Amino acid sequence: MFDWPTFLFSLPLLGKALLITLQTSLLGNAFGFVIAILISSMQLAKMPLLRRLGGSYIFIFRGVPLLVQLLVIYYLAPMFGLPNLSPMVAAVMALSLCSGAYIAEILRGGLMAIPSGQSEAAHLLGMSRPAILLRIELPQAVQSTLPSLVNELVLLIKASALVSVVGLADLTRVAQNLASSDYLFFQHYLVLAGIYCLINIPLTMFGRRLERHLERSLA
Amino acid sequence: MTFDLSIITANAGAIWNAFLVTIYTWLAGSVLGLMAGLLIAALMLFGGRPLQLLLRVFIELVRGTPFLVILFLVYYGGPSFGLRLGAMTAGVLCIAFYSSVYFAEIFRSGFAAVPRGQLEAGECLGLGRLQLLWRVQLPQMLVLILPAIVNMLTILCKETAVLSIITVPELTAVLTGIGTRTFTFIETLLVLCIAYLLLIEITSRAGRWLEHRVGIYLQR
Repeated sequence: MFDWPTFLFSLPLLGKALLITLQTSLLGNAFGFVIAILISSMQLAKMPLLRRLGGSYIFIFRGVPLLVQLLVIYYLAPMFGLPNLSPMVAAVMALSLCSGAYIAEILRGGLMAIPSGQSEAAHLLGMSRPAILLRIELPQAVQSTLPSLVNELVLLIKASALVSVVGLADLTRVAQNLASSDYLFFQHYLVLAGIYCLINIPLTMFGRRLERHLERSLA
Repeated sequence: MTFDLSIITANAGAIWNAFLVTIYTWLAGSVLGLMAGLLIAALMLFGGRPLQLLLRVFIELVRGTPFLVILFLVYYGGPSFGLRLGAMTAGVLCIAFYSSVYFAEIFRSGFAAVPRGQLEAGECLGLGRLQLLWRVQLPQMLVLILPAIVNMLTILCKETAVLSIITVPELTAVLTGIGTRTFTFIETLLVLCIAYLLLIEITSRAGRWLEHRVGIYLQR
């Protein structure tokens, strides 16, 4: 049933593709985090316009399927003067914009949990608003929401399978190519699922350990 | 770059049908997923230790795999076992399969939230296990897990877009098809985004309304 020579032959190809998958999801997560800092601080700002803008961003990027966002970027970028967007750039853009909205919701919760006395004290000490956010509030928010952030990374790695649609040679795409060359569909896709599980299950367990650790430290 | 919505009105019938396919795959998959999830959660609750462990492994494996990969496994890998499904059937079954483990986790947390004393009281009154499940645990936990279920439903609504990859004629497939044929990406993609935003917004509003209603019922 399981063709071992084919499997061994496919391993180097899958290894290379794994790097692409990790690269896109980690870059997407990193840029998404930066976007999330911006959006969550907009949502907690005093100006109603900023709040509304932040809210709309989250509403749109959480309300539209990632696949559709990918297609929008892929098809519309050339029309808005960004011709020849490489699949890698399009994929990372879509993943960052989308994960930015999800991470923003997580960070907002963490930021809101910080007592306002801290930022007032920092303000009196002469710290600027960005400095307060980056050096006092954000580190605490990240610490308290770390389990959710790890969970978000797992979701993003899974979501990155969709970038195969815009032609990036990620894990899913390479497995698809392998399967269509020798018709061993089930075997290749089973191996594919196995590789995703090998990354995601340890990450999930790590997240759960962090959560327990956090609960203990709070108790 | 022009903006001309006539391409939408000209294809209104096809788009409406695609919308119905999206709704059908979403709701049929979710209902099956909810039932399977409840079954898994109940088995984990009442089953023995080995069964619990087995289901735990199953849940972790499905949760570690992208939805697209599950779709490929069933739709393209299925025929190796003589499992030949139409795209639509495969889509509905995959949504049910994928969501069942998430729903199971939601139900499990709900079961855990119902105080043990109530189960013991029910047992003393001579209720059987199924009766306890149906009459005591489910009504109470449904209130608690309603937000999580609604959230999962919105996630599944968005996952139906992925079905376009295995040629299910749902919204994403049909609208991007029209877009590539007539080169009207802006109009078709705009309508596509609005359709999903509407579906998600309606679902979460209905969820909040339901939560409110159930909340009133509880306070009485």
